[in-house]
Amino acid sequence: MRDALVLVPALPLAGFLILFLSMGALKRGAVAWIGVGSVGLALVAAVVAATGFWRHGAAPYTQTLYTWLSVAAFVPRVRFYLDGLSLVAMGVVTGVGFLIHLYSAEFMIDDEGYSRFFAYMNLFVAAMLILVLADNLLLLLLGWEGVGLASYLLIGFWYGESLNGLAARKAFIMTRLGDVAFVIGLLVLFNRLGTLNIQDLVRNAQAVWVPGSFWPTLAGALLLGGALGKSAQLPLQTWLPDAMAGPTPVSALIHAATMVTAGVYLVARLHGLYALAPAIERLIAVIGAVTLLLSAFAALVQSDIKRVLAYSTMSQIGYMFLANGVGAWSAAIFHFMIHAFFKALLFLAAGAVIQALHDEHDIGRMGGLRRQMPFTFWSFLIGGAALSAFPFITAGFYSKDLILWDAFASPLGGPAFWAAGLLGAFLTGLYTFRLIIRVFLGPAKSKIGRRPGWLMAVPIGVLALLSVVGGLLNIPSLFGGGAQFTHFLAQVLPAQALRPGVRAIEPDLETAAIGASLGGIFLAFLLFLHAPQWVEKVKSTVAGAALARWWGAGWGFDRLYEGVVARAYAGWARANRDDFVDAGVDGVVEGNRLLHQLLRWTQTGHVRWYAMAIALGAMGWFWLAVLS
Amino acid sequence: MASVLSEGLAVSALLFAIGLVGLLARRNVIMVLVAIEIMLNAAGLAFIVAGARWGQADGQIMFILILALAAAEVSVGLALVLQMDRRHATLDVDALSDLKG
Repeated sequence: MRDALVLVPALPLAGFLILFLSMGALKRGAVAWIGVGSVGLALVAAVVAATGFWRHGAAPYTQTLYTWLSVAAFVPRVRFYLDGLSLVAMGVVTGVGFLIHLYSAEFMIDDEGYSRFFAYMNLFVAAMLILVLADNLLLLLLGWEGVGLASYLLIGFWYGESLNGLAARKAFIMTRLGDVAFVIGLLVLFNRLGTLNIQDLVRNAQAVWVPGSFWPTLAGALLLGGALGKSAQLPLQTWLPDAMAGPTPVSALIHAATMVTAGVYLVARLHGLYALAPAIERLIAVIGAVTLLLSAFAALVQSDIKRVLAYSTMSQIGYMFLANGVGAWSAAIFHFMIHAFFKALLFLAAGAVIQALHDEHDIGRMGGLRRQMPFTFWSFLIGGAALSAFPFITAGFYSKDLILWDAFASPLGGPAFWAAGLLGAFLTGLYTFRLIIRVFLGPAKSKIGRRPGWLMAVPIGVLALLSVVGGLLNIPSLFGGGAQFTHFLAQVLPAQALRPGVRAIEPDLETAAIGASLGGIFLAFLLFLHAPQWVEKVKSTVAGAALARWWGAGWGFDRLYEGVVARAYAGWARANRDDFVDAGVDGVVEGNRLLHQLLRWTQTGHVRWYAMAIALGAMGWFWLAVLS
Repeated sequence: MASVLSEGLAVSALLFAIGLVGLLARRNVIMVLVAIEIMLNAAGLAFIVAGARWGQADGQIMFILILALAAAEVSVGLALVLQMDRRHATLDVDALSDLKG
């Protein structure tokens, strides 16, 4: 049964090939059946493989397809590896991916590029599955670049608008910056350890390298570069808000649920390597904490519904990085899964709102949709509650709470990380309910068009259900649960020892976390529903307006990069307009031209002249031969 | 026998020189072709003489090869002469210098 593993990436790949090679010749119905069906069958194959995995006592399973290439000791194979970690990631990609495909079948129905859309989406799912199932880092890189390509193609899906193309290019270039470091990291690892197979590599590293020494730190830092680019963390985070130019299902699948969390997956996958580089672990935790705070502040002032969600995605991935950095790998993966549920839900519900309001993205022009779109409202509310970690009933509470607890209790963590996470949780409640209040409460401002049909409603409903019951998988022992998810992953991602004495204050920490989340929600109702004049008053001051502008532009990172990096690069390009490397090549050309001018006069066009030259030349050679 | 070689080669060299001078000096394309024929035969004579000197058949084989070559060359050459006359209405080789560099 575990053999079905190969079908999981193969089916979406086949779907992509059929849709891509048919070049739009298929009817919409056929496109939807192929595009959605291939991912649906992949989900079935994933379930079959997972069942087989359970039957064999959850032992890691490898499936070798063929040897990719064989050069001396460098023998990467196309081989899939299934363990608890890749099982969770595979389940999220196929499960959430299938729901979003189903939603897209209706959402994109009026779009001219229907077939192209599903071709790219299937390509993305196939590449993402290769990424999570890869047994070696080279195959992982293939999936890694494949999802980058699909992301580029789908951000620029409506290529008629030049801004969309620019956003796609920005996303591609920013992630590529990290990927360069990633590839160099692969070379360093292969050069030092002689293998790219993930399991062997980690084992070799632990046998050869001393914790904290130079090589693991360098390799960890280089691989982290790739993870930062993909997961939109500081300092490579600026592409994600612009990536919202793509269709909403794309934002839900790629830029919320799966691709942007690939960095989290990578760090968790290589946790054995990062355990040897404590400095880099600390860096990961700091980057995660700073990103989660910066993007939470930025989300507070956005006016585009999708940009709010984009900044919130960055913030939530910041939580996952924080968890990875303090050694709470399974907490990061749990939040990855729950976040995929509720953020996909929020994006899909936002897509329904945007479509109902005729492509309106500005939350200033929304309002009062609660009565007109009750189903979307309740789903969005559930997703928003999960995002802001509403206590006890939402899954987001349990996953975020686990991260906060580990940030405090882990020997690598500490009160500062915990405080950053707590402030982030407060801000999350604030900006999430600001969004909900602006969109769904208050007076109605516009008439709505199409309400979501059942193809869109079913995925939203299922994700809303998952956003609630997902938490049951991992209820901590403090609340009388069994923390099954953490135990299940413990084979792959070992639990950290706690700092001494922290168990005693666990109830106090939980109370603080609940207080932060509820406090944020309460403040949102106070500021944005009951007393909006206070917000207006702050905004009308000079400092308040400047702050809003600064946060609104994502802390001005775009202008910083434009001013420092892009301007300097453009200046250098202008200065080197004639390309000093070309000067040598041009010199050869000039020399040849000169020789040509010199020899031109010998070509008189007179046959007898040539005959004379031949005769004289022959005589000259004979003369030389006789003389010598 | 030695004198056959040296005398034969002397005649061959003389023929070759006559042909070369004719090639360089004459402007009529027919005469140029005739000069080339003389030079080819000079080379052929040198082969025959050398073959006779060492009692080998190779010299005669080479002469037959040259003969065939000369026949082919003349046929192409005369076709060119015909075209030259038709297109340029001249047989002067110096008049044709379109390929000047």
